[in-house]
Amino acid sequence: MKKVFKNAEEAVHDISDGSIIMLGGFGLCGIPENCITALVKKGISGLTCISNNAGVDDFGIGMLLKKRQLKKMIASYVGENAEFERQLLSGELEVELIPQGTLATRCMASGYGMPAIFTPAGVGTDVAEGKESRIFNGKKYLLEYAFDADFALVKAWKGDTFGNLIYKETARNFNPVMAMAGKITIAEVEELVQPGELNPNEIHTPGIYIHRIFKGSVYEKRIEQRTVRK
Amino acid sequence: MLDKNQIAQRIAKELEDGYYVNLGIGIPTLIANYIPKGINVILQSENGLLGMGPFPLKGEEDADLINAGKQTITTLPGSAFFDSAMSFGMIRAGKVDLTVLGAMEVSERGDIASWKIPGKMVKGMGGAMDLVASAKNIIVAMMHTNSKGESKLLINCHLPLTGINCVKKIVTNLAVIEVTTNGFRLLEKAPGVTVEEIKNKTEGKLIIEGDIPEMNFASE
Repeated sequence: MKKVFKNAEEAVHDISDGSIIMLGGFGLCGIPENCITALVKKGISGLTCISNNAGVDDFGIGMLLKKRQLKKMIASYVGENAEFERQLLSGELEVELIPQGTLATRCMASGYGMPAIFTPAGVGTDVAEGKESRIFNGKKYLLEYAFDADFALVKAWKGDTFGNLIYKETARNFNPVMAMAGKITIAEVEELVQPGELNPNEIHTPGIYIHRIFKGSVYEKRIEQRTVRK
Repeated sequence: MLDKNQIAQRIAKELEDGYYVNLGIGIPTLIANYIPKGINVILQSENGLLGMGPFPLKGEEDADLINAGKQTITTLPGSAFFDSAMSFGMIRAGKVDLTVLGAMEVSERGDIASWKIPGKMVKGMGGAMDLVASAKNIIVAMMHTNSKGESKLLINCHLPLTGINCVKKIVTNLAVIEVTTNGFRLLEKAPGVTVEEIKNKTEGKLIIEGDIPEMNFASE
């Protein structure tokens, strides 16, 4: 089993123009920083990115946007990135805004081998346009399809060389469900250990879902809204 | 008339011991400052935490520990982390007892518009649509009128909807209003505010029955 890669550049070597990529993270928390930097460096374009947010102007997915590497973004909230909102309003970038729970559950459906799910989120709103619906127990639900992503880029706290992963605090967020959903899942970790060093009771993502793993060379872990109490 | 903190304080009186609560961005987050003494309420943060605590002290900020508004936070004893699918799973399955969120418009049928101003503000809906489609109890915290002085309690919403037939109660700077199958029903008025003023600033159908009490802020 050769899952371990030397670094981000080698791990993303075959991601090419037009790829559909899931990226973990909520805001800037738990984002695959090193993979994103490697994609920016690769200069590939025409990407479709599935991620809850769009980063900020100069960090996270915002860096791909700045370099015009994105064709389409599927997200639930792009408000922290002014350039994003601007490109959305001007029509330069194709953006699909979907409810956060729908985003998470469509990833989960992929990873759980279910082609589609039913959810009440968005019934009666713009989100329902063009979608099939069904009534269960007197309540209306929208039919939403599992995502089909070429790659999932996830960030974890600790991982072993079999690909077992443990996440930290709220840096977990979308990473576990995206890890399960990628055709090829690439995990970057802060600590990479040998099999047996992680307690099996504590594994959040079993290694069966992880195809490639590497230890990230640098983590800025930027804080978006540093907030303190007196 | 109430200020933002007082709106939050009034909504905090709706909290019951053992409640799991989701507080939206804006005025709703202030509710955490007014949880009545002696009751235990567990705050859910949609990004994967039950048991959200106060903001950290300076120097103790943790980049891996944030709330739905991307602010650094702490946790309280008994807290738990989980992923985003579980987070919205517990929301959709009705495990969250109370959701409080802001809004731009609410209709007399309980429709809510809170996420988009076409051509001007399209930041995205985040978790709002999931919350309003599933929550057992939804309270909206907002100003009674917008910056132009127009009513935000309408017959029909004009802005793109977040959800339909879902809002149960609205607390504004002027009043506490229940959403019934027959329209808005005035429950309480804010100190220094007349029923007449509330009526004039509510476009949707407003049922006014009997004497309308003033909001009570005294602690029990």
